[in-house]
Amino acid sequence: MIETPEIEEGWVAHDLAAEFPELRILHTAVEARSGRSPEAVRRRLRNLADRYTGGKAVTLRQQPVPWAYRVFFRQVGIDPDERRTPPEEIALERMRAGGFPSRNLLDDAILIATVETSVPLVAFDDEKLEGPLGLRLSEPGERLGGDGRPLSSRQVVIADAERSVGVLFADLAEGRGVHPRTRRIRIASIQVKGVPDVSVEEALWIIAEVLQGDAGEGAAPAGNAP
Amino acid sequence: MAVIEQRPDLAVSARRVPIRPPVAPDEAAARRTLREQVAKLESELGALFCTAFPRTGFDWQVPSRGGPRVLSLVELEELRDQLADRLEHNRRVLGDRTYVEELNRRRIEEMVLEPERHKWMVIRNEDIGEPGCKSWHVRPRFGLLGMLLNWWRVRISSGCPLAGGRGRRP
Repeated sequence: MIETPEIEEGWVAHDLAAEFPELRILHTAVEARSGRSPEAVRRRLRNLADRYTGGKAVTLRQQPVPWAYRVFFRQVGIDPDERRTPPEEIALERMRAGGFPSRNLLDDAILIATVETSVPLVAFDDEKLEGPLGLRLSEPGERLGGDGRPLSSRQVVIADAERSVGVLFADLAEGRGVHPRTRRIRIASIQVKGVPDVSVEEALWIIAEVLQGDAGEGAAPAGNAP
Repeated sequence: MAVIEQRPDLAVSARRVPIRPPVAPDEAAARRTLREQVAKLESELGALFCTAFPRTGFDWQVPSRGGPRVLSLVELEELRDQLADRLEHNRRVLGDRTYVEELNRRRIEEMVLEPERHKWMVIRNEDIGEPGCKSWHVRPRFGLLGMLLNWWRVRISSGCPLAGGRGRRP
């Protein structure tokens, strides 16, 4: 049975919110395991790939939601032509690979939700998180995940109550991502200025629906953990 | 200066004008404005990118600043200026290209009308800003005979070669 995902709004640190008042993080937990995608998900990927044409990929940056993420990338010091926004990265991969090859249920669910809504998503192992998710700036001398690589000063990070768990639109902290043994997945989406609420909520709904449609028990090990 | 000395009331008021503003400038507001300018420039760059496609040879990259992080006022100013420069440069390049493409389109018409005046000339799709491998090539009719008798025609290629070739011969 597919449960209705309960969407929670994460916290945003005051100094970050002062700079980007429209920046939000929304997240939901899904009782599901990753693994080999069922045929229905693979079929959906094929259908999505058929709808994706070269012309659409070229004009993606002029559509409101992908454009909003491009602008945010620029504003936080990322060149979106060097490190592409997730919707553009997917479009480029579609052109390179000629389709959307299935990887595992979680990656496929993220891809489907991102293609449908253009909203980037990130997944965590919910049991490895301490307290609610939020966004803040890194502190001087801080390390990713507490003991990972050093973070540069005032970097935008996704954090729980204890420590940073990932750099925004970049890598996750070691051991915080989804593993084959993960039972409860925490999906987070980032909303920036110009992205409507409905797109972000729909992205979370789609991913929950895909993950719960068939959890892929007994499947090949998979996940997005570093 | 002489005038001020003659009018003491003006001299006093001139001395009272503060040289520095009494409060520090609001950097947050300045950063907000710069971010809006960055958004507008990004929008215009995106539109230009779509217009320029499928032409190649444009540089769209503006160096990243080690993000994601909150950029300082100076960094935002630099980013805004670099985006504006990139936009202006690419607009100029596109303007030059479209001018040449228009000349090439006109030349194709001339080639078709008077092929003997454009011997051996080749114009490809990329020369007129179009995708694909089509080309217009002025060649002699019947080979050597056409060259001797000045019989020329425009031969239009059928398109791109197959990616994998024609395959094995039967």
